[in-house]
Amino acid sequence: MNSDIKNIKKIVINQTLELDCGKKIKDFPIAYETYGTLNKNKNNAILTFHALTGDQFVTNINPITKREGWWSFAVGPGKAIDTNKYYVICANVLGGCMGSFGPNQINSETNKMFGTTFPVITIKDIVKAQSYLLDYLGIKKLLAVAGGSMGGMQVLQFTSLYPDRAHCAIPIACTASHSAQNIALNELGRQAIMADPNWNDENLSPDKGLAVARMAAHITYLSKQGLQEKFGRKLQDKGSLKFSFAADFQIESYLRYQGASFVDRFDANSYLYITRAMDYFDLEKQFNGNLSLAFKNTKSKFCIISFSSDWLYPTSENKEVVIALNACGANVGFVEISSDKGHDSFLLNVPSFLKTLSEFLNSAYDEIKNETRI
Amino acid sequence: MKQEFKVISKIIKNNKRVLDIGCGDGTLMEYLKKNQNNDVRGLEPEKNLVQECIAKGLSVIEGDAEKELIQFPKKSFDYVVLSQTLQAFLNPEEVLNQLLRIGKQTIISIPNFGYWKIRLHLLFKGTMPVTKNIPYDWYNTPNLHMCTIQDFVNFCDKKNIQIDQSMCLTNERISEITVTNMRYKNIFSQLGVFLIK
Repeated sequence: MNSDIKNIKKIVINQTLELDCGKKIKDFPIAYETYGTLNKNKNNAILTFHALTGDQFVTNINPITKREGWWSFAVGPGKAIDTNKYYVICANVLGGCMGSFGPNQINSETNKMFGTTFPVITIKDIVKAQSYLLDYLGIKKLLAVAGGSMGGMQVLQFTSLYPDRAHCAIPIACTASHSAQNIALNELGRQAIMADPNWNDENLSPDKGLAVARMAAHITYLSKQGLQEKFGRKLQDKGSLKFSFAADFQIESYLRYQGASFVDRFDANSYLYITRAMDYFDLEKQFNGNLSLAFKNTKSKFCIISFSSDWLYPTSENKEVVIALNACGANVGFVEISSDKGHDSFLLNVPSFLKTLSEFLNSAYDEIKNETRI
Repeated sequence: MKQEFKVISKIIKNNKRVLDIGCGDGTLMEYLKKNQNNDVRGLEPEKNLVQECIAKGLSVIEGDAEKELIQFPKKSFDYVVLSQTLQAFLNPEEVLNQLLRIGKQTIISIPNFGYWKIRLHLLFKGTMPVTKNIPYDWYNTPNLHMCTIQDFVNFCDKKNIQIDQSMCLTNERISEITVTNMRYKNIFSQLGVFLIK
């Protein structure tokens, strides 16, 4: 894994970025991946933002984990975000563990991993760092910014910071301000990691804690109905209950598998830092309690999408953004997609979602395909 | 495009901001956007229709007018359009107040319950009228508050709502409603279209 990670695309940002916490960072790496080709007019670029546990490998086989990219259902040749037509960019977030500046990197001053000496980062920091990548790639104005969950939060922050840098914006299953429930669930995950005796030991990895964090989080990505239909009370072995704490039920064994496979690809400290960035996200507060001011100057055309069974970032929270955009006269469309797959719907094969995504992008591209962005 | 939309689009001037409430599949919005350079937004409760609109590049929000209108600022649109749905709201008066608040002008159309065929249906058959324009039975109709052209004009008088234009439609024929032909139009029109503020 370590040799592969050295081969991934990466730029070193040599500008100084002042973080929200007050610390300044310079000469830090941002790892990224691109798909498709930037056209002559440079008007077909789409910046996608990954969610908490995603990375820059949006589609195809992830060269590090050897699994399908996190948005393979939506991105690729002939898919909703068609890489035959669009140039798709994704960067590993600041604080991540797939090559960008994060807690698993070596601090040159101490020659040790940053670990918890890494500065606390915010969604705003994460988005600013990615704007440097766009500068590097020579992209003045994007066709679209798109992302779900924490990726959607980045979409909102991006359009607020850069009101004229994306023709359209697609925030999916997200919120403008992390709720008490969201913070509580993230705190549960962090405490699971910190309760692991291996945590904060440079030579050890808190795998058990991280696995429990992932198991808890995974439940929040699914709906009750979805879980019931997929697993119900089905037993792992067809026989009877074992009268023990082994994984009798299929749902138990599924969650254990999810937890165990997650630790192979994710850094526990990244999990702490990124969940913290999500908790700190409050776009409304950035504008003194008036969310519509966040979008006052926006030129982007928004398409906001939520899912009926998503209880982590429910329709009501997505609608807060719609209301704020309407209040400032912005150009916004909104639809709630019917799905029983919970928050994870945006990552899965939900045809009416993918259709909306595809058609909205098509119509947006038609509007600007003759404009140049050079 | 149906005749009613032609009437509505003629009322709307070019380059204006328009909110179409209950925009359906976006036919009127698309026409206004393409032919009159209007900046159009829509509100529609049916998911499938919202998705159809978004696919056409129209900015439409999924939602119910009785709950959603409150979010739009005062006079934020030059025109607010409500086509044949006022009678279907639980509280049409409140919806109308919202329309007048949001729009500098409001265009509203109502199926006329005073149309002669409807009158005769009730008079001779003694059952609730079912017509081409109002094709529902009493037990499944979404139309909770049917009114006549005369009712609507009386209502506007009573509430000090100014009517700037009133048109009517009969079998695709368009004509104007005036003070003198009001009684006649209330019998022979299927649809009334009003520009109010």
